[in-house]
Amino acid sequence: MKLIIAIIQPDRLESVKQELYKEDVNLITVNEVLGHGRQMGLTEVYRGVKEMGNLLRKIRLEIAVNEDFLERTIKAIIKGAQTGETGDGKIFILDLVECIRIRTEERGGEAIG
Amino acid sequence: MKRFLALLVLFALFVIPAGLVYAQVETGQGAAPAPAQATQATQAEPAAKADTGDTAWLIVATALVMLMTPGLAFFYGGMVGKKNVLGVLMQCFTILCVISIQWVLYGYSLSFGPGKGFWGGFEWVGLKGVGLAPYADYAATIPHQLFMVFQMMFAVITPALIIGAFAERMKFSAFLVFTILWATFVYDPVCHWVWGIGGWLREMGALDFAGGTVVHINAGIAAFMTAIFIGKRKGSNGHAILPHNLPFTILGTALLWFGWFGFNAGSSLGANDIAVNAFVVTNTAAAAAGLTWALIDWIFNKKPTMLGMATGAVGGLVAITPAAGFVSALSAILIGVFVSIFCYFAVAWIKPKFGYDDALDVFGVHCVGGIWGALATGLFASKAVNPAGADGLFFGNPKQFLVQVIATAVTVGYSFVASFIIYKVIDLVIKVRVPEKDEIVGLDLTQHHEKAYTILE
Repeated sequence: MKLIIAIIQPDRLESVKQELYKEDVNLITVNEVLGHGRQMGLTEVYRGVKEMGNLLRKIRLEIAVNEDFLERTIKAIIKGAQTGETGDGKIFILDLVECIRIRTEERGGEAIG
Repeated sequence: MKRFLALLVLFALFVIPAGLVYAQVETGQGAAPAPAQATQATQAEPAAKADTGDTAWLIVATALVMLMTPGLAFFYGGMVGKKNVLGVLMQCFTILCVISIQWVLYGYSLSFGPGKGFWGGFEWVGLKGVGLAPYADYAATIPHQLFMVFQMMFAVITPALIIGAFAERMKFSAFLVFTILWATFVYDPVCHWVWGIGGWLREMGALDFAGGTVVHINAGIAAFMTAIFIGKRKGSNGHAILPHNLPFTILGTALLWFGWFGFNAGSSLGANDIAVNAFVVTNTAAAAAGLTWALIDWIFNKKPTMLGMATGAVGGLVAITPAAGFVSALSAILIGVFVSIFCYFAVAWIKPKFGYDDALDVFGVHCVGGIWGALATGLFASKAVNPAGADGLFFGNPKQFLVQVIATAVTVGYSFVASFIIYKVIDLVIKVRVPEKDEIVGLDLTQHHEKAYTILE
């Protein structure tokens, strides 16, 4: 079992979702987050006072998958989120120790899907 | 370079006329210290004295209409994404500031100056000759300047209505130039034709009590044109862009409804029985339309919605606007019920069918509602309500209906063509739409270097 964490541009969320649905990945958690990588921030000015806001809005996806779903999930995220511009984001893959469905108390791979 | 050009256009449109007007008024009156005093001096022969009751009501009504533009800002601001809310508020406030100045400098003269031409002429430029004594041809019982400032608020809200069509994707500089040119070449002439002395639609007998053609059809058609030519918002393909704060929209609706009492009941230009009639039918039509839209939602979409009810109420206010001084309360109920039916059809069926991205439904509500209102005036108007008006089709006068159709068609045709030319010229010079990257980040940060909400404190 793996946990996929992806940081993407906010406007790519819809296309990433569509790509994931095409691959039968329907269970995702989405968060609005702030962050910055290589991308430059945007200037903000309040009553003449400049503020170099270097934190940009991003979307953070969390998807837990079984091994056989891993590659196609990654491909779907890339297909949906890639524009070729700086700031497209990153995908992190973590080993997932356990997964428990609260309703049924199922454990492991069965609980993921 | 483009910025410089935009500034140059602004300069040419405002600062130079301001200077010329000032020089003219100044030199024309010899050594008068301030232009305002000089203009009053020319109105030495007061024809009639202003009525205190009428004046008091019109001052309040003017303030009420002024509040509609910020109300509209919240009405629209709640419906856009949270990255564009300041952009919308800013555009509304900008129009409030810019048109207030334009109106004093030359807008009022072009719209209401006596003249039979395309415009009213330049006689009252810089408010020269627009004094504190009543000007009987427009309003015999209130100071001329009060009539001027009351009309100013109408000139302000009309271009502000268009904002909803190109929301979330228009460059601020282009918007600014568009607003000034549109006010000058579309609003001012149409206003003159319908309301000005010597205006040809006025002389033909077209009834427009408070601005159905001048304000709503005019702005609605311009909105339709801009929505088509600026193109769809990014991400609007196939699914709705969700409103970020509906309570804002409801607050805006409430402010609009409140301000509309000034808009319609104030358009009687006095504290009289026609004002009371306008007040009653305004409220009645808004209520009937809000209720009808909620019912339509309930029937077709299973639940009544708040946004639907608010949209309906605004539609009802739009439709009753040209009719307010001429129809009875029972007619207002019918006008309200039907406007929601027509507007719902426009918004939920015509728009998806043709696929233009009229972001906040300016065409669907203001133009469709305005056309229905203008035609309904020709149907329901009654001399029993207002002896100075006319009878409509249902009261035995089919000719009035025809006149209403002509006035509507002229406004639709002229506004579309003129707005299109203005739009294209601006697009050629400075590009109307923001770059795709800016659209993704949002207008708040890219056009104004501000954001409305923080995620982290």
